[in-house]
Amino acid sequence: MKRISKLLAILLALLMVMGSLAACGKKDTPEEGSKEPTATNAPTSKDTTTGDTAKEEKVDEIYYLNFKPEIAAVYDKIAADYEAETGVKVKVVTAASGTYEQTLKSEIAKSDPPTIFQINGPVGYESWKNYCADLSKTQLYSYLSDKSLAVASGDGVYGIPYVVEGYGIIYNNAIMNQYFALADKATSYKSMDEINNFAALKAVVEDMTAHKDALGIKGVFASTSLGAGDQWRWQTHLANLPLYYEFKDNAAYDNTVLAGLAANEIEFKYAENYKNIFDLYINNSATAKGLLGSKTVNDSMAEFALGQVAMVQNGNWAWSQINEVAGNVVAADDIKFMPIYTGVAGEEKQGLCVGTENYFAINSQASEAKQKASVAFLEWLFSSEKGKAYVTNDLGFIAPFTTFEEDEKPSDPLAREVLAWMEKDGVASVAWTFAAFPSEEFKNYFGDALLEYAQGGKTWDEVVAVVKDSWKSEKAK
Amino acid sequence: MKRHTKRYFPIFVLPTLVAFTIAFIIPFVLGIVLSFTEFTTVIDAKWVGIKNYRAAFGNKEFLNALWFTVRFSIVSVATINVFAFLLALLLTKKIKGTNLFRTVFFMPNLIGGIVLGYIWQLIINGVLYHYEVTLTFSPTYGFWGLVILMNWQMIGYMMVIYIAGIQNIPKDVMEAAMIDGARPLQILKSVTIPLVMPSFTICLFLTMSNSFKLFDQNLALTAGAPSKKTTMMALDIYNTFYGSVGSEGIGQAKAVLFFIIVALVAFIQLRITRDKEVEN
Repeated sequence: MKRISKLLAILLALLMVMGSLAACGKKDTPEEGSKEPTATNAPTSKDTTTGDTAKEEKVDEIYYLNFKPEIAAVYDKIAADYEAETGVKVKVVTAASGTYEQTLKSEIAKSDPPTIFQINGPVGYESWKNYCADLSKTQLYSYLSDKSLAVASGDGVYGIPYVVEGYGIIYNNAIMNQYFALADKATSYKSMDEINNFAALKAVVEDMTAHKDALGIKGVFASTSLGAGDQWRWQTHLANLPLYYEFKDNAAYDNTVLAGLAANEIEFKYAENYKNIFDLYINNSATAKGLLGSKTVNDSMAEFALGQVAMVQNGNWAWSQINEVAGNVVAADDIKFMPIYTGVAGEEKQGLCVGTENYFAINSQASEAKQKASVAFLEWLFSSEKGKAYVTNDLGFIAPFTTFEEDEKPSDPLAREVLAWMEKDGVASVAWTFAAFPSEEFKNYFGDALLEYAQGGKTWDEVVAVVKDSWKSEKAK
Repeated sequence: MKRHTKRYFPIFVLPTLVAFTIAFIIPFVLGIVLSFTEFTTVIDAKWVGIKNYRAAFGNKEFLNALWFTVRFSIVSVATINVFAFLLALLLTKKIKGTNLFRTVFFMPNLIGGIVLGYIWQLIINGVLYHYEVTLTFSPTYGFWGLVILMNWQMIGYMMVIYIAGIQNIPKDVMEAAMIDGARPLQILKSVTIPLVMPSFTICLFLTMSNSFKLFDQNLALTAGAPSKKTTMMALDIYNTFYGSVGSEGIGQAKAVLFFIIVALVAFIQLRITRDKEVEN
């Protein structure tokens, strides 16, 4: 008797467990399926199709995981418009600054994964290739003005860039003109056009620091933000320059990114050049060196917008940030770009750093119909009148698509400056070689070392060693 | 009657058991399994054996984090419990406004770790500002910053537990001691402390496991700066897991090791303090 009741209880228990699992329904199915791949490796085609095949035709929602927090609000508007027009709901989730990989990693494992996500180039593709659908047959790809920009592998195309961006040193021309007009300045330069190498930049900046009270600024450069999560301007963007030159010297490749991807070790030959500009930044900054660890990019942009500093290193995406700061005193016409000069021979011909690390990828593990709907949304965004208006006016993208006419280029001052620098005769843009950096960790090691260097805890030689070692060890992973 | 309830025992236990299985046992087992695999997302894993564990032990940062965590735990467990016990002694005396004080001391515990971390970062940086440095200047600053933060947060909570323990001491024992001519210090040493031993057990356990598992405060206060020298174990695991693609398995292996260490330490601590407890 006792035995039977025990058995009954266990049976009942099992029944209830099954019942509760069934009640959770679809949500649990991917997790159920998960146990098999754990043992047998590689996702089976089974779990990509199950559940969704039934409603092949009608897709009511696609999911876009957005990379750019600064324009998250615009995407919400776009999504609302698109839903009104086509009935397809676009769920937009924005990853917080610097956490895209984390967010993507956890979101994509859910039962309702992002259908559109973003990879940062060939390195990103390597880690997400199981999830990137081939886009070579899509219209979106055919719109690309330069097909070589896309992330391709074999015959397939897996990432399509949707914005070209440029960065350099943003300066406030009003303050510069004020400086050039000073009676007791120590340099003979009369306009920014004459400043086309590091020596000139250094002379002007140091003299400006000497006259900072007369100019009404706290420092020439905005704070070198070295807070955790705010180091990307230095460990990624600035680091691009020395490594671009290093890989350019590698005659075996005609593309610096490919040379970088092939390099298991780096020499960091142009470390001195990096030090030149970095020292210039931190020695002529609005903030004392020891305090840089608490500064964020927002702080720097606010300092620039409030006219407390004359220069800040950032890209054209910073316009919205500058524009939004309350009490902004910088006129749009005064915001200009100049290339980052580091003292490399022949840098008079160097332009801004232009490239992209924003590539759309479509989740190949989503259902066929959802993939199609996602591509349709992107095609709408970059080819319909309404979509294009959003792209140029609100998102402010310099979109690399042929669907955009000459008069549909963005109107914000920094984007226009980027275009002007790209078209300037005799000036070559610097490619975004950091797409070849081995991992986020590498950048973090670099950034941490820079922080310690700025605070006086590390010598420059130690920083160089950290950069070389971490490249090697991260590459070996 | 007894037989009756016994018979229905499985059914009564079932809802909890199901919840426990779904929310704890399954993820736990899955976690251990994943630590032996290479994966990007949890639904797509490849078996690699103990490679992850070897990588975890060969990882200098993990050992650093372990050492930092151990040092931090020793210091913070000691300081928190000493201060909490002293406050509890003070607030069980007949002082005006003890209730108010108890509430005030308890309040920091109600604030979330992330918020506390940022608040203390502002406070400490505000002080260090005068010396033109920040918390990130040296790992020592970060270490003591964390200790102060933890003390501020945990003392009130532990104090409440100690107060409850002290109030439970029977009056007659105290009186007997006093009549026997025991001096206050002797009473403390031979009567109060042995009798609140159960509180010590629980407080030591709570502070110890909290110190070992500290994450939000660490993330918000220093985020490991400078150069990961103030990274504690939980944060290190998080960084490994999310920092570079392909090392999720290593992060998972570290997490399993972390679990074993915490469980071991907690177990030893419980054994030791349990032995010292006396029956009232």
